[in-house]
Formats: sequence, structure tokens, C-alpha cells
Amino acid sequence: MVAMKGENCVSIAADRRFGIQAQTIATDFQKIFQMGPHLYVGLPGLATDTQTVMEKLRFRKNLYELKENRMMSPKVFSAMLSNMLYEKRFGPFFVEPVVAGLDPKTHEPFICNMDLIGCINLPNDFVVGGTASAQLYGMCEALWEPNLGPDDLFETTSQALLNAFDRDAISGWGATVYIIEKDKVTIRNLKTRMD
Amino acid sequence: MSTERYSFSLTTFSPSGKLVQIEYALAAVAAGAPSVGIKASNGVVIATENKHKSILYDEHSVHKVEMITKHIGMIYSGMGPDYRLLVKQARKMAQQYYLVYQEPIPTVQLVQRVAAVMQEYTQSGGVRPFGVSLLICGWDNDRPYLFQCDPSGRISLGRQPPWARITLTGRRFWKRDLELDDAVHTAILTLKKVLRGK
Repeated sequence: MVAMKGENCVSIAADRRFGIQAQTIATDFQKIFQMGPHLYVGLPGLATDTQTVMEKLRFRKNLYELKENRMMSPKVFSAMLSNMLYEKRFGPFFVEPVVAGLDPKTHEPFICNMDLIGCINLPNDFVVGGTASAQLYGMCEALWEPNLGPDDLFETTSQALLNAFDRDAISGWGATVYIIEKDKVTIRNLKTRMD
Repeated sequence: MSTERYSFSLTTFSPSGKLVQIEYALAAVAAGAPSVGIKASNGVVIATENKHKSILYDEHSVHKVEMITKHIGMIYSGMGPDYRLLVKQARKMAQQYYLVYQEPIPTVQLVQRVAAVMQEYTQSGGVRPFGVSLLICGWDNDRPYLFQCDPSGRISLGRQPPWARITLTGRRFWKRDLELDDAVHTAILTLKKVLRGK
């Protein structure tokens, strides 16, 4: 799972494997979810918690948007997620969330990630999570540069992800890349090696 | 439990569809000191009478204008003790919001939550409605906000000064696009007029 900042755009990408230890069960597993027109969250980790956390987030976000009659910004969404995870400090959900999106008003790019108990990390370049995070850090450090346009951001994110999970035995089996721009979100499924 | 049998809500509909308990609560409000809130173009004013019942009161021990957060303030007409409870709850709700969203609570949200508490006290068992009417003012999205909250839990958006009596006297001064300095002046004049009539 990786998310990157670009020039007026952000990307978020993940592999599509669902496995139990070394055994691959499915290769069409979704772990990036849309939480708004410009807001996406990736939840790598234990598959049951991925889905539960996603449902709980959707629940809270929908109530917020009805109560306040406005869209939830990525910043507020992350704060809410962090608070939700820390509520389960001593029996946590096994997920390492990654949030990527654009502010609904200013369209400012936003990325962040956190650990399973909601400690937020807010860097200016890229965030990673999940099993290949060590490999992703290396790839992102090598490939990322400031002010990438949407097309370059797609290439950078894809290459970082692909080459990172080829060095990880329990990641891969397909990949999905989201490029989020002000008036366009592009979703691409990448062809990868399936072994 | 036998005690629960008699703890049903005292706020019961009268045959004509009125809730007399709430009307009595409004009477408690009317018996209290007047307060006024005025929205100006560049701010909002809330004011209330600061008269002590006895000269033995230390004037610094009277807290009628209270801050809920850095950008929200509150005053009341009616019963002081009831007000203190609402201030405590309002502050708690504001901080709860900040804890979850890491963003100051919008005034509208705080008002709705305070009003929900006041409404709860009109339907719960073993309690009475609040004997206060609140004026809550705040500043967010680069503009001022002013609300009134009744014992019934009713919210009204502040446009003209609240309270029928004050509305009447206040109207005379009411202008569009009032500046903050003029609004302060208007608020004091309004209070003076009302107090002289008493």
C-alpha cells in the first residue's frame, strides 16, 4: 500500500492479494476504498479488520456529513480514524491505514498513514503501509520527486509498488492504482506477474 | 423497582396539546435578568444585566458571560444554577468534538448539541426542563453566528435581538450592516431601556 503527493493530485495504490500466511486465496481483493469524491482510504492488514474498519468509517463519515451538511475533509477523516483506532488501544484492529485525498474546498493534496493504534504520520512526499512497506520505502525514496503531474505520478507510484512487491513473497498478484485529481479520478488495474 | 414507577416524565401534554411545564420554564426565564445578543457585520455582541441581589456579593464571583471555546460564547436569562450545568456540558461537548476531529466545533454544531440536551430534559423521567434561555454566539467560516436556545430545546437563528420584550425595544435601533461598535452601543441601550421599564 502506497500513497504519493503530486502537483495538485495524489495517488494511492495497493496490490490485490488476499492470503492466509503463504497461501494465496484470492487475487481480486479490494483494500482501497472510496470515502468521498476526492477521498480514499487504504486498509492493509487482517482482511476481516480491513472490512470492519471500512464499514465503521463509512458509518461515522455518513453521519458526520448528514449532521454537518458538508463534506468531510481528508484531515478531519484522518483525525476521526486515528481517534477510532486509539479507542481500541488494548485490543486493536490489525490495519495500517493510508489516507489520500484532496481537500473538498481548497483541493489541496493530502496524504497520511498511521499505525494500528492511530499514530498519525504526515509527511510531504509519500506514505507506505502493509507487508512490503520496507521495500516501498526504498523504492519511493529512489523514484519520488516533487511536483509530479498526474501522468508522472501514476508512473512513479506504479513502478514503486510493482518493484517493491516483487521483492516480497506475500504481496503482489495484481495491483490497483488510483490517481486523484480535482475533476477526475483515474483507476487502473495493473498487469503483474502472478507467481 | 417501585421508585421507577413514579419517575415518569412530568412534562405531560395537556388536553389542548400544550406542555405546561415548558411554559412554566419560560416563566422562570421571564423572571430572570434580560439578556441581548446582536449580530453585527464584523462580529457579534452578547450582553446581560450585571446587577447583584445583595451588596455582599463579590462582583468577580458572578459569571454570566461564559466562554465555551475560543470562538464560542454564551449568556443566559433565567436560573443561574441551570445555566452552570449547561455551560459545563457545552464545554465538554466542544472538547469531545475537538478530540475526535482535531478541529474546533462549528457554532451550529455546538448549538444543536446543547439544544439536544435541553430537549432531553423535557422527555426524561425524574427531571425538570431547564429554567434558562441561552444566547450562544460564535465566529466561524469568517462570519458571526448567533442563536437562541429555549427550555423546550427549540433553536432560533439570531437575526433580531431575541425575547419578545427586547425585540420590541431593540427594533428601534436595529439597522442593517451594523458595525461591531454600534452593536455594543445598541446592546447597552436596549438593556437600559428594558431595565428602566422594570
